[in-house]
Amino acid sequence: MDAAKYLFSYLIFPGFLFTAVAGLLATWVDRKVTARVHWRVGPPWYQPFADMVKLLGKEVIIPAGARATGFLIAPVVGLAAATLASTILWMANLYPASSFVGDSIVVLYIMTIPAISMIIGASASGNPLGILGAAREMKLIFAYELPLVIVMLTTVYKVGSFSFEEILGYQSANGIMMGSVSGVIAFIVAIFCAQAKCGMVPFDIPEAETELAGGTHIEYSGAPLAVVKLNMGIMFFVVPIFIITMFWGGVSLAGWRILTTILKYVAIVTIMVLIKNTNPRVRIDQAVRFFWGPMLVLSIIAMILAVLGY
Amino acid sequence: MVKKIPIGPFHPILEEPEFFELHVDGENVIDIDMTIGWSHRGIEILSESKTWDQVPFLVERVCGICSCSHPYAYVKAVEDLLQVEVPKRAQYIRIITAELERLHSHLLWTGLAGHFIGYNTVFMWCWKYREPLLDILEAVTGNRNHYAMMRIGGVRRDVPPEEYGNIRKMLDKLWEKNDMLTKAIIDDPVIHARLKTVGIFNKDQCRLYGALGPTARAAGYDVDARRDHPIDAYGDLDFDVILCENGDVFDKAVVRQLENFEAIKIIRQCIDRLEEMGPMKDDSELCLEIGEIPPGEGIGVYEAPRGEVLHYIRSNGKNMPMRHKIRAPSFNNILTNEASVPGNTVAAAGLITAAVDPCYSCTERVGRVDVNTGERYVLSEGDLIRLSAEKTEEIRRQLGM
Repeated sequence: MDAAKYLFSYLIFPGFLFTAVAGLLATWVDRKVTARVHWRVGPPWYQPFADMVKLLGKEVIIPAGARATGFLIAPVVGLAAATLASTILWMANLYPASSFVGDSIVVLYIMTIPAISMIIGASASGNPLGILGAAREMKLIFAYELPLVIVMLTTVYKVGSFSFEEILGYQSANGIMMGSVSGVIAFIVAIFCAQAKCGMVPFDIPEAETELAGGTHIEYSGAPLAVVKLNMGIMFFVVPIFIITMFWGGVSLAGWRILTTILKYVAIVTIMVLIKNTNPRVRIDQAVRFFWGPMLVLSIIAMILAVLGY
Repeated sequence: MVKKIPIGPFHPILEEPEFFELHVDGENVIDIDMTIGWSHRGIEILSESKTWDQVPFLVERVCGICSCSHPYAYVKAVEDLLQVEVPKRAQYIRIITAELERLHSHLLWTGLAGHFIGYNTVFMWCWKYREPLLDILEAVTGNRNHYAMMRIGGVRRDVPPEEYGNIRKMLDKLWEKNDMLTKAIIDDPVIHARLKTVGIFNKDQCRLYGALGPTARAAGYDVDARRDHPIDAYGDLDFDVILCENGDVFDKAVVRQLENFEAIKIIRQCIDRLEEMGPMKDDSELCLEIGEIPPGEGIGVYEAPRGEVLHYIRSNGKNMPMRHKIRAPSFNNILTNEASVPGNTVAAAGLITAAVDPCYSCTERVGRVDVNTGERYVLSEGDLIRLSAEKTEEIRRQLGM
């Protein structure tokens, strides 16, 4: 019975099916808002789903120089990890009893796996541009993970626990994290890290369409490309939810709170899309300098303020 | 470890055939190999089989963006042979078309540069501002591109006086928008970070490589065919040649942006002069009567948006050119990548190759590959001089000189 319940949670709700649909809808929001900023019309709401169906029907090409196993398994591993992160996150939000000690660490850890899987996939593709993209992705992970972990610790320090249940409980009892100075700074840093985690401009350096012609994604076609795209959609859904959980009182589907949940999510997505559309892509050295410079300093300031009780 | 990264056979942003091979160590570019010549279309030889009046339509197709500059240089070459001065009205109409073309070309480049650094908003906005410009070109010439305005001895049609107002209104709006874009480029810190000190190409190198147009002017190398060899009414018009100092990609962008203002100024002056002349009385104000083209040779030079374009024609008295040589500015400018790309990162390499605003298809004239062995010839300076001298001898013999 338990197995069936877990399977349902992982595959249907709030796992794979729910996350995939929500993630694809989120990419539609991104595309539509971007289009409006560009003075274009933008696609209809079902466009991401139509893209998925089309890609799944296309021929899968495995390049001659590629290691097929690693090349094909990598996106699936990424998808499984992204789905798992979403499942744990939503279960903790919806049913606090399902939270366990240190689940926030688990989610943070699992959320890096999609990026690592892309490194593996790109390296296995044997394409020099893909390998260059993989090298950039690796540097980018090192760059943004450090400030992200530190700002996460500000919340953990205040709550005194790593579990989502207590983080959410603390926020409903004492007000959201964003109500404090350290919380606001932490939130800002987290948004920039989310930008890099979701592979959006100005940090879409590993894909860099006009420099590397797709970089890490360059050799993917057909169904594997659909999985890669789905992966990015899911990350675009999970990462903002993670930030909401850590700093903005969590999400809920009960009653009118469903509305505030959607508003919170759309607010974060809008900020991210606006950053994306008002900035050019930076170089990898500039990105690393940005995260290890101003972002690291800000996150340390947030940490010190949190320790001082602000 | 040095690895080779290909850019091509199609440029990821310009969608034109070229092939660059970057020799990289990690992200740093050590060296660059360039192969051009993928799009040889035989324009020159085609031109030598068309009548004098058909050639402008052909050379318009050399490049979809400089589709006024090439015919302009060609008709100036023929007029140089004939030693004629075209009517004033025709001169102003020629300049209006050519400067409108410069505006749309520079806006197009700024948009593409934005796309290249991942700034798609700039891309879309620039191209949106370019739309009214193309509408005006359509109203004036009948076509959005390939305007077919140039004709030996003048132009093909008048600018209708009722369009003057529209053109002025469009230019006023464009001035505002261009001002906004220029400020956005000059002030944006992230654009600074991406473009400044990237792909530096200095004045001495400009001289060495023969760089032209905005590529040279960004480095402070003061060349502008409109001022140096004033053709038609350019000598009477008031405009500045924009110069920068550093020769990096940022300066190339700034030069192009500021040149837009100069182009708008020039068009305004031309419209004013046309208005002073009043409505056209008869067709002789548009075009001279040109009869036979006598034997001889002529050179036409015009400052296209990308730099100086040169057309050389030789006539043997028949109804078609005996020799027609085209030298597009990209031919010089693409080679500057050899000096400006190494030392930068891979992220910058594509941008630098795009920053000269290359037009590969205009450039491709001749490739020399042995079909049996696949061997590529490299012609030394001495070989070229020898070949050139032989060709001259041959032409002399044919002309019976």
